[in-house]
Amino acid sequence: MSTIKIAARNITRNVRRSVMTISAIAIGAMATLVFGAFVSEIFVQIETQNVVRSGHLAIYREGYFKYGSGNPAAYGIPHYETVLQLVKDDPVLKPLINVVTPTVNLFGIAGNFESDASKTFMGLGVIPKDYNRMHEWDEHQIRAQLREVDAPLNELDETHGFVGVGLGRILRLCGALKIADCPNTALPQDDANGAGPSVPAKRDFAGLKDSGEGSTQQSGQSHVPRLDLLAATSAGAPNVVNFYVDAAVAQGVKELDDAFVVMNFHLAQQLLYGRGEKKAVGIVLQLHRTEDIDAAKRRIEGLIQSKGLDLEVRELKELQPFYRQVIGMMSAIFSFISLVMVVIVLFTVVNTMSMSVMERTPEIGTLRAIGVRKLGITRQFVAEGLLLGLIGATIGLLLGFVLNYLINHSGLTWQPPGSASPVPLLVRENEIAPLAGIIWISLAIVAVIAAWLPARRGARLTIVDALGHV
Amino acid sequence: MAIAIPIQSSTSGAEAAVRFHGVSKTYRLGDVPVEALKSVSFGIPPQRFSMILGPSGSGKSTLLNLIGCLDRPTAGVLEIGGEKIGAKSDDELSEFRARKIGFIFQNFNLIPVLSAYENVEYPLVLLGVRPTERKRRTLEILKSVGLVEHRNHRPNQLSGGQKQRVAIARALVKGPTLVLADEPTANLDSQTGAAIIDLMRQVQHEHGATFVFSTHDPQLISHAEEVFSIRDGELLEHRTAHS
Ligand SMILES: Nc1ncnc2c1ncn2[C@@H]1O[C@H](COP(=O)(O)OP(=O)(O)OP(=O)(O)O)[C@@H](O)[C@H]1O
Ligand SMILES: [Mg+2]
Repeated sequence: MSTIKIAARNITRNVRRSVMTISAIAIGAMATLVFGAFVSEIFVQIETQNVVRSGHLAIYREGYFKYGSGNPAAYGIPHYETVLQLVKDDPVLKPLINVVTPTVNLFGIAGNFESDASKTFMGLGVIPKDYNRMHEWDEHQIRAQLREVDAPLNELDETHGFVGVGLGRILRLCGALKIADCPNTALPQDDANGAGPSVPAKRDFAGLKDSGEGSTQQSGQSHVPRLDLLAATSAGAPNVVNFYVDAAVAQGVKELDDAFVVMNFHLAQQLLYGRGEKKAVGIVLQLHRTEDIDAAKRRIEGLIQSKGLDLEVRELKELQPFYRQVIGMMSAIFSFISLVMVVIVLFTVVNTMSMSVMERTPEIGTLRAIGVRKLGITRQFVAEGLLLGLIGATIGLLLGFVLNYLINHSGLTWQPPGSASPVPLLVRENEIAPLAGIIWISLAIVAVIAAWLPARRGARLTIVDALGHV
Repeated sequence: MAIAIPIQSSTSGAEAAVRFHGVSKTYRLGDVPVEALKSVSFGIPPQRFSMILGPSGSGKSTLLNLIGCLDRPTAGVLEIGGEKIGAKSDDELSEFRARKIGFIFQNFNLIPVLSAYENVEYPLVLLGVRPTERKRRTLEILKSVGLVEHRNHRPNQLSGGQKQRVAIARALVKGPTLVLADEPTANLDSQTGAAIIDLMRQVQHEHGATFVFSTHDPQLISHAEEVFSIRDGELLEHRTAHS
């Protein structure tokens, strides 16, 4: 006849009320779990999207991050191979690092002069092997579900790379790159050999592509559209390189989609530094696990300091403000929803327990007369609130897990902000056990607090009044 | 058989189980003070079957609530078993009630979610009596009120008389020195009521506890060993029946 056993029996006393209370708590638990699973899915997706492209950490010349992007040439890292080697050989960093690679970031003008189209571009020069390796990163095992943001980069030919879909469209490469949604079909000038302008591009290129399998490598190359990339070197002189566009790949954000160019590191170096000393703008590190960011960052800062280098380290949050903003916003929404749930559960349990205390006032008087202390009365009602909370939370979480499973197998889609097309609506099913645990414990605490308020009121009644209350 | 004793003489005797020294109780109804007890002084002899007799509103419940340490006097000193209870804290009073005082109520006041057996056992759980001992004592007392067969029934499955017998068992199971019953028969028909009074009388003899019960029914006088008549918050007379 423990307190809990009596509490359980009292809960079955007013079945309808208990069911309503438990339902409210269960719905709160379920909603919080499912929304939490959705948010954490978005987190890991964004994290993965950003980490595969930008890594976790980047080393720059001191000041580049704040002032240098306007003039990347001036903030290059000289002797970057030495720094690269220093990081690669460090015994602490070694087990943490998946990829460490130099990059060049630059701005310039991309022109498809045969169709009179040009556009400023934002270029990223990478070492294809490292770049492709970074794209294999999949700590949370969700790559299979992710919309492909980048194409593999040509490892053999330095002059090849890809552009954002928007940039491809602006530069009239729709036909060549099979870009959908081009109202004015592209002109056929994107052929390096300059085919006649009167030939409709679509038919022309479609025909060439489809039969391309049978042709040789060399002739295949000639179908790849070519751009001229123009930039100012560190010396201030204009510089031009030829660039072959293998593919157009959609970037989530329109501004980026309309400007992005990924090219070979050496091509970018050539464009930015001309005949001068070849430097790197950044050294990017991709770790095996995101949680090692702080440790790795501290270690690199230590290395920089001990060697007296003129460098700085920036982490994911700083490199990708959008990543930080989305996480901040989703966290805020999640906190708000959790708060609403807490308030609903609080009021429901307070209401239920208040009615219970009121109905059972003579019982309180009786127990007090028999010799139960005030604390004993409080404990009895708190136990009932706790039990309601735990039953509700347990049912709600179980339903939440089921709902998560159903959502992931429903084939529903949604269009996230910044996304050009609908994506599958997914929630995280793995790794949400800690969230479920937190919800369970939080609801238990909320139920205890909610029950405690009316329980204390009941315990404080004078015995004679309580007994006389019929 | 009963003889009247002047009130003054009944207040003597240091061995009284309960002793009132100029005890008053004033309730407030809004701004109007209601004097439910007017400075009463008397003693209730130990191990006797005492009755408080008085019409409705005379102050019987007020008196029993004070004896039962459920309420505190507005003025005066109350001694129970030689202990002045005025200075005790709420928790100390709870402890005192749990050990020393058994209650029988007009409305039975059984805990609805507990079976007859569990209701009777409850005071022993409260006192931390070991399970085997608890079981023995609970069954024994249920036997003496004749409800062993009904021990697994919930209160709502029992008749009024049966409920009151469970309540008597609950009040007595811990072996209290004082048992208080405020109009225990008011909700029972006269026949069942008389049977309950007889049962109380019987267990009082067996256990030797001090019993105090209240009633407005003068016909029950014959059952009592001591009769305290009150009216308008004052003790009118104290009669002792010599058998
Ligand atoms: N909580 C209270 N507030 C105000 N007045 C009260 C309160 N309790 C009792 N009284 C008054 O005190 C007086 C004595 O009441 P008490 O309940 O002790 O009488 P009683 O003899 O038990 O009556 P009954 O036979 O109706 O139960 C009555 O006038 C009653 O109205
Ligand atoms: Mg009364």
